[in-house]
Amino acid sequence: MVTTTPLEAELLELAGSVPDPELPVLTLRELGVVRAVHARGAGTVEVELTPTYTGCPAVEAMSTDIERVLREHGVREVTVRRVLAPAWSTDDITDEGRRKLREFGIAPPRVRTSPSGPVPVELGTTRTQQTGPDDHTDPVRCPHCGSAETELLSRFSSTACKALRRCLACREPFDHFKEL
Amino acid sequence: MTTTPAKDTAHTAAALALGDDALVLSHRLGEWAGHAPVLEEELALANIALDLLGQARVLLSAAGDEDELAYLREERAFRNLQLVEQPNGDFAHTIARQLYFSAYQHLLYGELAAGDGPFAPLAGKAVKETAYHRDHAEQWTLRLGDGTDESHARMQRAVDALWRYTGEMFQPVEGVDVDPSGLETAWLERVSEVLRRATVTVPDGPRTGAWTAGAGRQGLHTESFGRMLAEMQHLHRSHPGATW
Repeated sequence: MVTTTPLEAELLELAGSVPDPELPVLTLRELGVVRAVHARGAGTVEVELTPTYTGCPAVEAMSTDIERVLREHGVREVTVRRVLAPAWSTDDITDEGRRKLREFGIAPPRVRTSPSGPVPVELGTTRTQQTGPDDHTDPVRCPHCGSAETELLSRFSSTACKALRRCLACREPFDHFKEL
Repeated sequence: MTTTPAKDTAHTAAALALGDDALVLSHRLGEWAGHAPVLEEELALANIALDLLGQARVLLSAAGDEDELAYLREERAFRNLQLVEQPNGDFAHTIARQLYFSAYQHLLYGELAAGDGPFAPLAGKAVKETAYHRDHAEQWTLRLGDGTDESHARMQRAVDALWRYTGEMFQPVEGVDVDPSGLETAWLERVSEVLRRATVTVPDGPRTGAWTAGAGRQGLHTESFGRMLAEMQHLHRSHPGATW
């Protein structure tokens, strides 16, 4: 574990408070993409940012926003470094982030079930079709009406990180932040 | 990205080969914008292209200046597989190309991610993206192959036509520390199974040796590649340093 100074913790909090440029309901901290902040001597700070997808075009906007916020806070020199490993996963999205996504009308990614602990058992019919390469047992629920009966329309939606689905109960189409 | 020391030529060569695969296929998929059969496919192909472009940027940046490498190299300097430069053809051709390449790329990244070589961080990230690409190609192969007489015939034609380009994927690449024969076995198994389920006959033509294709890694490319490059590079070459 690398020790973090109070200043670094404060700057990490600031960098993490920047809204996601694509999904402004989420902060970068809730999305889980700001990995660390290192203070490198007087007024110089390095921020480690990880992309959701390798080609995510929002990374540049995120970097610019982080630089701006930290400069406004008096940091003279900000460098945002892109780190790939360990690879970002949708499990890095916080619970609060998931709640906000759902409120925004986007079905949040399902969390990979850990092998230990109780496994929730869904009762009733679930017509949820296959969602992607790894099959999850729990259904993708409609963010509008909460129904578990939803179907996949397209594996890729408005952005690479989302799939397009439709609710069979309320008939509304919706985006699903797919598991990665 | 941290720059790689120029002395590590094997790493640079490997980054170029894998980066060019991603870049060229990304451009080909981008050509579908405005032409895809349905809106959902338009978005899917563009998103797959974007993933590949992201991988290409990381890989080409490890080999040098990404813009110079993408826009200022001549055809003979590109190291991509001939498979990825093949024209889109009809939708079945694009899907067959995706099926062959995504199965290969997913296996390759899986191996690289499991190792501790210089490509492990990127591969660990990209392997999760290519799982979705492969899934997309397989679902379409099943739907077209096991669909109408027309879609079946087109899917069969497409897998037959591109078969001769698939042997090149399993030639050893300098700087890529993966056993190509192991990859090939796993690839054949996966692709054959999907084709079988799609009621498409697995092509039995030659994939290696005389009369087959595959010298892209040595800089020899097929006729249509020059036209693709001309389109990809002309803006940058006509307006050096242009930004927006």
